[in-house]
Amino acid sequence: MTGGEQLAQYLMSGLTTGSIYALVALGFCLIHKATHIVNFAQGDFLSLGGLMMYSLLHWAGLPAPLAFVLAVAAVALVGAALERLAIRPAKSRDAMVLIFITVAASMFMRGIFKEVWGKQALAMPPLSPDVALKFLGATFTPQNLWVLGITLAAIALLSFFFRATLTGKAMRAVAANPRAAALMGIDTDRMVLYSFALAGALGGLAGVIITPITTLNYQVGVMMGLKGFASAVLGGYGSFTGAIAGGLALGLLESLATGVVSSAYKDLIAFVILLAVLFVRPGGLLGRAQQVRV
Amino acid sequence: MLSVEGVSFNYGPHPALREVSLRVEPGEIVCLLGANGAGKTTLMNVISGLARPQQGKVLLAGRELSGLKPSRVVEAGVAQVPEGRQLFAPLSVRENLELGAFSRRSRGERQEVARDMERALAMFPVLAQRLGQPAGTLSGGEQQMLAMARALMARPKVLLMDEPTLGLAPLVTREIFDVIRRLPASGASVLLVEQNALGALSVAQRGYIITSGQIRFSGTSREILGDVLLREAFLGPEKVTAAGEVRR
Repeated sequence: MTGGEQLAQYLMSGLTTGSIYALVALGFCLIHKATHIVNFAQGDFLSLGGLMMYSLLHWAGLPAPLAFVLAVAAVALVGAALERLAIRPAKSRDAMVLIFITVAASMFMRGIFKEVWGKQALAMPPLSPDVALKFLGATFTPQNLWVLGITLAAIALLSFFFRATLTGKAMRAVAANPRAAALMGIDTDRMVLYSFALAGALGGLAGVIITPITTLNYQVGVMMGLKGFASAVLGGYGSFTGAIAGGLALGLLESLATGVVSSAYKDLIAFVILLAVLFVRPGGLLGRAQQVRV
Repeated sequence: MLSVEGVSFNYGPHPALREVSLRVEPGEIVCLLGANGAGKTTLMNVISGLARPQQGKVLLAGRELSGLKPSRVVEAGVAQVPEGRQLFAPLSVRENLELGAFSRRSRGERQEVARDMERALAMFPVLAQRLGQPAGTLSGGEQQMLAMARALMARPKVLLMDEPTLGLAPLVTREIFDVIRRLPASGASVLLVEQNALGALSVAQRGYIITSGQIRFSGTSREILGDVLLREAFLGPEKVTAAGEVRR
């Protein structure tokens, strides 16, 4: 393998995991915009996406496209349920209290996953049969292309939704000024509910497309969730473009570091970057989103 | 049209409104005058459904509004231009206007909304040149015009305006009052909260004076303006600036 081919290989795998980090980071971002909290159950949405897909394929015997849609929809529903049943009824509006509710929800979900799906790794089939493809010296599978293509499509749909539909604009309005949004006749509770459902859908989608490449078990989303969070911070917490850029950057850095240094330090990279960002701009990236309000 | 009947509201143990009653008839501009902290904004919030009164009720054409969510109050026909404009700063001028008509989304009024948008831009030509710009980048006067245009997009039967001229230059203030004067002709009655008493009384037919959460006086604008004692007692000794602004 030449140096160039190796580089192409790292780029390919970096973009693939980076896409997943971006999807998870977008989920964090959506909920932050709507409620100013960090949703620690975002990673579990990813696990659930994979687990639902597995069950719908193997237990229910559904065809892959149908299982795909239902798995994503199911996680969206779980996201909505988290808001409706745990966040909205909370007596306190204190961000710290709400964040701990998501921590509890995360542990609760993981407990249920372990009961239903067990602790062992499950074999998730790829969306289309694995064959080795070659491009510019990089070897990859069709699943890599599915991940890249579906992520791109999801980002395009999301951006269309927020730019071109009235509901999407109403959600941005709630993020910008909830009081004024209510005065315009926008049901702010409902928009927050939609944010959680969308975040669920994004997490579920990430889980469905990445688990054939990584592995699938009840807590596969935990590490991915943390990496997605690191991506969101890296990109500037609360910014959609930042989430995408941060996700791709982290995926690429991780993949290059694995190649140049050692795969043993793969997970370390994400957190060194997270710490570095927080040290260099303490609170700065987080603070920006709040300054936007005029 | 809009009637507030015996509304009381407390912030914890502190009464903010005590048995406040007032009416706004169709086609009328009514102003509510009073000093800072007299309860004007609280009353606006109660009417808009942002705060629930402990006592009394708010009716629109006989239909009870109190207890409804803010979104339902807008759908019923009462829109508010809040104090400090409260625009969606990162969203474009056009998006702010579109969201003003959010309450009409399910009524299949696409074309009417588009026509109202054109009408709003004709009313505030300065906004037409700024449609794609984030609302937060407009000047204070432009922001106030956008806030008014946005509220009008809901096609309200009653428009509540909270301190629309606060912090604006005299020339802009006059422009805003000119627009307010024309609102009843376009189908919206107005309840105007102002500290700029002379300006407000020059556009309103009637006025109420509120102090410490209680309505102390109501009458026609002429009566209020003509009553020197009233002016002294409730609006304070005043200096009138060249712009028609009352300073105390």
